[in-house]
Amino acid sequence: MKLSNIFSRRNRILLRELVITDFKLRYQGSALGYLWSLLRPLFLFAIMYVVFGNFLRVGDAVEHFSVYLLLGVVFWTFFTEATNQGLASIVNHGDLIRKINFPKYIIVVSGSLSALINLALNLVIIVIFTVINGVHLHLSALLFPIYIVELYIFALSLAFFLSAAFVKFRDVSHIWEVLLLGAFYATPILYPLALVVKQAGSNVAQVLMMNPVAQIIQDARYSLVTHQTLRLYDLTSNLLIQVVPFLIVIFFAIFAGLYFKKHSGYFSENV
Amino acid sequence: MSESYEPAIIIKDLFKTFRIPVDKSNGIKQSLIRATRGRSGFREFKVLNDISFEVKKGEFFGIVGRNGSGKSTLLKLLAHIYVPDKGLIKINGSLTPFIELGVGFNPELTAQENVYLNGALLGFSRNEVDEIYDEIVSFAELEDFMSEKLKNFSSGMQVRLAFSIAIRAQSDILLMDEVLAVGDADFQKKCFNVFRQLKKEGRTIILVTHDMSNVEKFCDRVLVLDKGGILAITTPSKASSMYARLNIDDSKPADFSGREEVSRWGSGGIQIDKVSIKSAKDTISPILKFEDEFELTVRVKREEGYRQKKFDVGLAFINQDNVTVAGPNSSLVDFGSESNTVTYSLKKLPLQPGDYSVTVAIIDKDTNEPFDFYDRVISFHVISDKPAQGVVAIGGDWDAK
Repeated sequence: MKLSNIFSRRNRILLRELVITDFKLRYQGSALGYLWSLLRPLFLFAIMYVVFGNFLRVGDAVEHFSVYLLLGVVFWTFFTEATNQGLASIVNHGDLIRKINFPKYIIVVSGSLSALINLALNLVIIVIFTVINGVHLHLSALLFPIYIVELYIFALSLAFFLSAAFVKFRDVSHIWEVLLLGAFYATPILYPLALVVKQAGSNVAQVLMMNPVAQIIQDARYSLVTHQTLRLYDLTSNLLIQVVPFLIVIFFAIFAGLYFKKHSGYFSENV
Repeated sequence: MSESYEPAIIIKDLFKTFRIPVDKSNGIKQSLIRATRGRSGFREFKVLNDISFEVKKGEFFGIVGRNGSGKSTLLKLLAHIYVPDKGLIKINGSLTPFIELGVGFNPELTAQENVYLNGALLGFSRNEVDEIYDEIVSFAELEDFMSEKLKNFSSGMQVRLAFSIAIRAQSDILLMDEVLAVGDADFQKKCFNVFRQLKKEGRTIILVTHDMSNVEKFCDRVLVLDKGGILAITTPSKASSMYARLNIDDSKPADFSGREEVSRWGSGGIQIDKVSIKSAKDTISPILKFEDEFELTVRVKREEGYRQKKFDVGLAFINQDNVTVAGPNSSLVDFGSESNTVTYSLKKLPLQPGDYSVTVAIIDKDTNEPFDFYDRVISFHVISDKPAQGVVAIGGDWDAK
């Protein structure tokens, strides 16, 4: 696989068709159709806002808590969607892989692209919420796209690794389900990180922030919603610790790429 | 001229082994257990063993062999779907990656949407499909059904649609696996015309099939594959008789496990052991003379519990155009319950010159169900020095007043 071939004409055509097909099929026969990909995170957000914002009042200290929470939910929804779709993508397209030769990464990328499109639409809702809530935009908002890129790279890397591993070990889907569930609570999505610092100390908060998704969500909140957001850089001045989440992302991108490349030649036999 | 002699495909010293898991489930637990016990957990299965051959440009090249001979694996290696263990695969020119028709067809999409999806797999953009869309639809004769979901199509309609798209592929080399199995006679005729056209255009075509009549109709050369090795690369008629011989010489009982391409089926019990045609020379495919004596002998093998069972023998003589010319059967004759060899003979063979295959069926006299139905188990060739018309000579007397 030459790098120049990645977006060759034939591969672009194929990628496009796969994404279109995926979209058509997913919402076929449902009355609200595509709206569901917007409604799902919105409902999740609404439930959480009522439970955690109104009853448990975890967000009282946070400025614009609704936008703050929505952003976390939307980012997390994208992360689970992209990794879950990626995980199953190779096995689901087994029929295709057994019968035709084409670059297998196209399948994984196409799965992540439909999640990315959903993210884009959800971001529109975030923007609307930002305006309604009268959030004051800082210059740091310019950094916001960078965090989306980082999140996409991390989710895609995991998708590559998981999809290839899933061909060999069908337990992977269950393991990933459990890991995601645990990670959801280990990531400061529902609760502000400041709460962790107060209850369990700064060290625990730092460990939680080693998770790239946590780092991305907190940085994105800081850049767009409120500068009150606690980030890893506020918890420690040690540069070596501050770069850990980024190193994890880079490590996974390289590792997953190599792992996928090594196994992709045998998908047709094993899938 | 020297350039046209450059082979389209070069295969050299090709090996392929599959690792089949011993346990059916592929989970982490099994892997761990196997690792601790020091077992690999895989059985090695050599599918292709040292294959070498070349296909010339513009050649119509057939690959035949029984189930499990490795022919589909070979085709998938050619298409780069499988990675070889070792060996060289060199392809000169573009290659249609299609192994089967209708790959990627999605039953939940409409026929029209499927055309675009399938086209994308062939490398066509939306605009390019737009240009050839009408041709595809009219060739498939599905003008009125394109907005229907594909799941409402019959398998014949699906194949027609898939075939119509596949032949638009502008590649130099086409790989096809058993494509002609479906479709009515009219559509098959259309397909044959397309094949002739493709051949005329100088495209290289690799056809993997069980159907010897197609092999003899189209192929320039045929590779006969057996147990992962090359038995011969030869002319279609020789390959056809070798294939027939392969089927009958195999002493193992036939596989009734419900493979896709059934050429032999039945309840077992009494099985065809050997089929032979008496001829002057002991060649693989007997050459017979029109209006000479003809004698075909079927030997059966009885399993325990079927020693006293009565059976009938049904024959079907099939010519190279896939037409069953005659179908004699023994239902009016009683062989007795212990016979193991049945002979069918004709004083004057009425078949006109050409290639013929014979399908043999052993039928339970009580239930009329087949013990063993063996499609095209043997073939023979008829020659004549008299001018011939039609398929059979019906004889008759002429009278004038």
